[in-house]
Amino acid sequence: MLLRLTLHSLYARWLTVSLTIFAISLSLMLYLSVEKIRTSAYASFTDTISQTDLIVGSRTSSIQLLLYSVFRIGNATNNITWESYEDIISREEVKWSVPISLGDSHKGFRVMGTTDEYFTRYKYRGGQSLEIQNGEHLDDLYDVVLGASVTEKLGYKIGDPLIIAHGLSSFSKHEDQPFKVSGILKKTGTPVDNTVIVSLEAIEAIHVDWSSGAKTPGLETPIEIIRQMDLTPKNISGVLIGVNSKLQIFKLQRWVNEYSEEPLSAILPGVALQELWRVVGVVENVLIGISIVVIFTTLIGMTAIIFSSLNERRREMAIWRAMGATPTVILGLLMLEAFIVSFLSSVISTIFLFLLLIILQPWIDQTYGILISIEMFSVDELSVFVYFILAALLISLLPALRAYWLSINDGMTIKI
Amino acid sequence: MDAKLIKIDSLNFHWKKNSDFQLSVPSLTINEGEKILLLGESGSGKTTLLSLICGFISPLSGNITLGNTSINELNAKNRDRFRADNIGIIFQQFNLLPYAKVIDNILLPLYFSKQRSSRLNNPYQTALDLCNSLRLPEQTKNMKASTLSVGQQQRVAVARALIGNPSLIIADEPTSSLDMSARKIFLDLMFSQISENQSTLLMVSHDPSLADHFDRTINIEDIIERSH
Repeated sequence: MLLRLTLHSLYARWLTVSLTIFAISLSLMLYLSVEKIRTSAYASFTDTISQTDLIVGSRTSSIQLLLYSVFRIGNATNNITWESYEDIISREEVKWSVPISLGDSHKGFRVMGTTDEYFTRYKYRGGQSLEIQNGEHLDDLYDVVLGASVTEKLGYKIGDPLIIAHGLSSFSKHEDQPFKVSGILKKTGTPVDNTVIVSLEAIEAIHVDWSSGAKTPGLETPIEIIRQMDLTPKNISGVLIGVNSKLQIFKLQRWVNEYSEEPLSAILPGVALQELWRVVGVVENVLIGISIVVIFTTLIGMTAIIFSSLNERRREMAIWRAMGATPTVILGLLMLEAFIVSFLSSVISTIFLFLLLIILQPWIDQTYGILISIEMFSVDELSVFVYFILAALLISLLPALRAYWLSINDGMTIKI
Repeated sequence: MDAKLIKIDSLNFHWKKNSDFQLSVPSLTINEGEKILLLGESGSGKTTLLSLICGFISPLSGNITLGNTSINELNAKNRDRFRADNIGIIFQQFNLLPYAKVIDNILLPLYFSKQRSSRLNNPYQTALDLCNSLRLPEQTKNMKASTLSVGQQQRVAVARALIGNPSLIIADEPTSSLDMSARKIFLDLMFSQISENQSTLLMVSHDPSLADHFDRTINIEDIIERSH
């Protein structure tokens, strides 16, 4: 009966009530979507590389090594010599290793030289492998495999020719040695999408006539001769390593860090990703903070609306009292009202959120490589609603208590 | 039928904030089944007296007895329960929850009083019967209270006050918002229904012309002692 009457009462004030619910729903949705994007971004981010136990590069900070070896951001301060690489992989702890060589680019996308093993060893999002969408892996010396975003932006098809530029923004190009698109990777949501992958030998090949970062004038070795040369690289930028047993990771890491021939660093990608997230994640925390403030602002708005309606509802309170309702019932009625409003807001914000996600998910995935999972709420997210409703009840206690006192003092003498 | 329903003895009250207004009622008795008109100008303390009898406010000293219960000795919660069980109240106007259906308005007091609801086998039918005897058209029962005319609303308020047979009906100028013809219809219907229910009526008004309808008229100036 009380619930039904409260619903009638809310319905009678449907315009103010629905505007209030709308405002609260929007702010709740804002909070939830920020939270959703944050968790999805975190999941995508920390899963950018998985099942790689160590990344080795020249002596540098772990974040920098991670940035250039995985995210293709920034540059290696130094290279590793091929001899050191061979020393490292000859260790008994090493199960597999994938050397990578960076430094060149193609129309703004980074070019990475690596071995065919990269395609089987590089894992992301909890062990997913890279898959070829079209064409095939690196076969010929001048084959290139493109990440999904590269293809999307530049519109390459299998068999298209492609020229690699020297350095990152250099105008000098390796025009004498054109490549051919042999494969296109499926979208991964990782930096691999923005990578142009060639073989390690190809990197060596295009630099045959180059020394100290510039092309030696007059020298132009024909492609046929290059193909017959020994193209084992002299330097590489880094190595991805998998070990036989997880217990050996730290032993191998210490060995690499103490390697005497040249200064090297070995990092645990998981740990480095967490470190990097702590830097990047600040922005998300700020957003969360803002949305919490927005929620509280709307809650205070709701309270203000209840407060301002109290005076005109004193007559109603007197009627309730005359019919035998105790002041506690009056308090309960207002709390029930706040509960209904906040509960409806929770439900509507959920609907808003899912609509928004369904509309925006493909766009976010394509633009930012963050796959937002559209799934039912986790316990954590549901607890947000519980906390929100509790907060709404707590804050509506203020007008409810005021109504309580008014109804005690007014009794049956109301002046309208 | 000479049993006393209301007995007031050396009652003293004043509002805290407005302490120059003081109300003293040395003695007042109302018998069961009596229909009393309490006459007085506005500001004379009529409504305050009603609030005291209803137990909305407590006297500083003295005794108010309703039936066998000394309501000034009850705590706030028990006063509320006692009121719900024993008193039906009709205001000047705006008696009803405007957003609720007429039938819900009539049935609501039963929700707060087990005693009153236990007297009825079929509350819904009783409410319809009351509507019927108060000449409320059948279709009004599911209409929102705010859509009714003022006269109809006041009759719904009578039905609500009477449902479950409380022993005392208190009416605070229930006719002041009605025109002459509606007033007569309203009073006739209210009186016949109250007689049928054998309830006691205490009605407040400033209009002496209503006196004919009542068993007894009390002028408030005769029962209170004022000291400024």
